Amino acid sequence: MNAAPTPSHPARTDHSLDSFGDAAASATRVTPGNALRPEDIAIQTERPSDDVAQYALRLGDDSLVLAQRLGEWISRGPEIEEDIALGNIALDLLGHARSFLTYAGHAWGKSEDDLAYWRDEEEFRSAWIFEQPNGDFGVTIARQLVVAVYQCLLYARLVGSADSTIAAISAKALKEVDYHRDHAIQWTLRLGDGTDESHRRMQAALELMWPYVDELFDDDELVERVGEAGVRPSTLRAEFDAEIAAVLDEATLTLPAVPRARGGGRRGEHTEHLGYLLAEMQVLARKHPGATW
Amino acid sequence: MSNQPMGNQTNIWPLWEVFVRSSRGLSHVHAGSLHAPDAEMALRNARDLYTRRNEGVSIWVVPSEAITASDPDAKGSFFESPQGKDYRHATYYTKSEGVKHL
Repeated sequence: MNAAPTPSHPARTDHSLDSFGDAAASATRVTPGNALRPEDIAIQTERPSDDVAQYALRLGDDSLVLAQRLGEWISRGPEIEEDIALGNIALDLLGHARSFLTYAGHAWGKSEDDLAYWRDEEEFRSAWIFEQPNGDFGVTIARQLVVAVYQCLLYARLVGSADSTIAAISAKALKEVDYHRDHAIQWTLRLGDGTDESHRRMQAALELMWPYVDELFDDDELVERVGEAGVRPSTLRAEFDAEIAAVLDEATLTLPAVPRARGGGRRGEHTEHLGYLLAEMQVLARKHPGATW
Repeated sequence: MSNQPMGNQTNIWPLWEVFVRSSRGLSHVHAGSLHAPDAEMALRNARDLYTRRNEGVSIWVVPSEAITASDPDAKGSFFESPQGKDYRHATYYTKSEGVKHL
């Protein structure tokens, strides 16, 4: 987004209270708030450059794939309250994905649905950790811990993105992933420092998830090209390591020493798990193209 | 997980009562109850269950077992006694002469 501000196309999109229909919330109606919605992004006049769109696509795919994974917990949670907690987190992530995919699609004349339902496995740009199976509750929490701490650090930096739409989406997402982080830490502490069985399972879950951590922090050419619109992931690593070390220490867990997985999600190379996930996510839209409900 | 005991004797999480103060409310109002392994998680579950639509600005959780409730069967002796005791209402009394602003 190199466009200089002009009166007709301000570089910073108006996300103020008056810019959305909900500003007229009445005393008898609970307001859904004034945060940026995908519907607002869809009618924006600004279009991202191809590079910024590719960057937004990564962010959107990470959240979309994890939202679909977490959705698998619904009706299978250890308690109905936890079922709802994981479902809530999944819906938050789906909301972030909708915003990022809507914005990315804006560059190519595609809708969020075009991108979510009509791309194949090799066109998805999510990192490997997001597509990993849920496993037991401990595995899901280990994945949540890594992802939520990473996304918190990432969005906290992206709030200052040179791209005003990415900055606005990140500002909204940050409050939500901050809660996801809290949820994951609370459970890591309880499972790690709980019973012998919960400790054993939580440690095993960390070992299973840790090979996928490094890929999140790989820099590449796209990240260099988007410059100030994005964040170099490697610059988040030190804070990530410090925060994870503190949590694991308090939870009496050990940082796994395992070799990293090859990775390649940012180039469209995925583990065998993504194909099945997409098949389930896309089957309805592909069987009944254009259907609405 | 559901058949993994979370507490010492039981595999069902304890019950908590949830009180939510809305943005326009002055006091916390009972919203419902939920299960959670401890108070911290009860607060978080309450946030997910009872403040989904911007309802709240503050939450209290209380262990259900800490609440002592009146006996529904003793309703008569408990709550009907004030009936007929008009003198407990201000309107029972006649206004004294010269008193203003009542």
